[in-house]
Amino acid sequence: MSYVFTVSPDFSPDHLPGWFVFNTWMQRVSGLRFHLELMDHFSDLRRAVEADRIDLIYANPHDAAMLVREKGFVALVKPGDGADEAVIAVSADSPFHRVEDLEPESRIATTGDPDVHLMGMILLEPAGLNRENVTLHHCDSYVLVAKRLFRGESDAGIFLARAFDELSRPVRERLRMLVRSDIQVIHHYLMAGPRLADRVDDLRDRLTAMGDDAKTAEILKGLGVSRWEAVDEEEVEFMIDLMDTLSYSPA
Amino acid sequence: MLSDMNPADVTGDYREYTLDLFGIGPRRVLVTDEEVPYPDGRLIVSRTDTEGIITHVNRSFVAMSGYTEDELVGAPHSILRHPDMPRAAFADLWRTVQRGEIWQGYVKNLRKDGAHYWVKATVIPNVRRGRIVGYTSVRRKPERRKVEECIALYARMVAEEREVK
Repeated sequence: MSYVFTVSPDFSPDHLPGWFVFNTWMQRVSGLRFHLELMDHFSDLRRAVEADRIDLIYANPHDAAMLVREKGFVALVKPGDGADEAVIAVSADSPFHRVEDLEPESRIATTGDPDVHLMGMILLEPAGLNRENVTLHHCDSYVLVAKRLFRGESDAGIFLARAFDELSRPVRERLRMLVRSDIQVIHHYLMAGPRLADRVDDLRDRLTAMGDDAKTAEILKGLGVSRWEAVDEEEVEFMIDLMDTLSYSPA
Repeated sequence: MLSDMNPADVTGDYREYTLDLFGIGPRRVLVTDEEVPYPDGRLIVSRTDTEGIITHVNRSFVAMSGYTEDELVGAPHSILRHPDMPRAAFADLWRTVQRGEIWQGYVKNLRKDGAHYWVKATVIPNVRRGRIVGYTSVRRKPERRKVEECIALYARMVAEEREVK
């Protein structure tokens, strides 16, 4: 039997080869056949999940909620490198120096990354900004968000904090950060679907042991992950509750 | 059990009030006029059991409340209750979450040192296997315009509640 493994489309292109190496390692140690299928768009991923085609996924927090509550997935591990956070940045020569300087009708550059967008919109709330009173420009990458800011095409941009930190120095120097979130509990998770239910403990044990020798530590480095940390059901449920509070908008 | 506030913990001049806390009884609180600004980018997170007893706080909660984690965990969530908050707001909160729904509103919280901070709070019931096992409360930085609206609204509501008493 072959299983389908995928990665949330928000992964860094620098880590693309790393996921193929990781998939090979997973197959070797587990004795299971995984087919790594990477998708360019979040909409493609949703369709694959809806069709119950996915068995193993490195999921963003937004999708993790749906996978647990609607599709019976179980979280195996999370990266031990800190939580997902968001940054609001402007062009270095922008007249805006704090979020509260932004006004309704602002032009906001964002990506299709749903959890980062959600966190970013929370960071914009103190300025009275919401999805009803801003113009959103959806970009395919964080570099394109940055470019819209340089060109004066957007007033502020929403970045994954890690992606903002990894922008090249010339790009970073043309930007100014207004605020960085410190939410602490929102993570990506590596998750297993119902067809892998009887392999969850074995997979989790092998994953958490990955940092123990130099060779597997190198594989993790290729993913931008220092180590995997085991997670329990309640931790994921807690994050889902928290995400629900952030996305709640009274009718 | 919730002890009265201690004058030694309070910074500057203060006013004294006695709150009648639901399920707890009277608590003497000491209040100054100082507002502590909500820190940018943070979420203040806590969890309670179904009786409103705190079971978990994050580090932002500890920092903003002025209490230690040990003082908070095991205490009723009303340890943060400010006398300027109308009772009706919390009654609405409890009615909503006990129905299994999400509550959202603006809350003025009282710190251990008598100062206060405003939050936009969202409270969600923690439903596990179909049963409510507790509540998670997540606070974020409020828009100032909304805070100003609430200052006026809550003052009217508190005045009406005192008249009815």
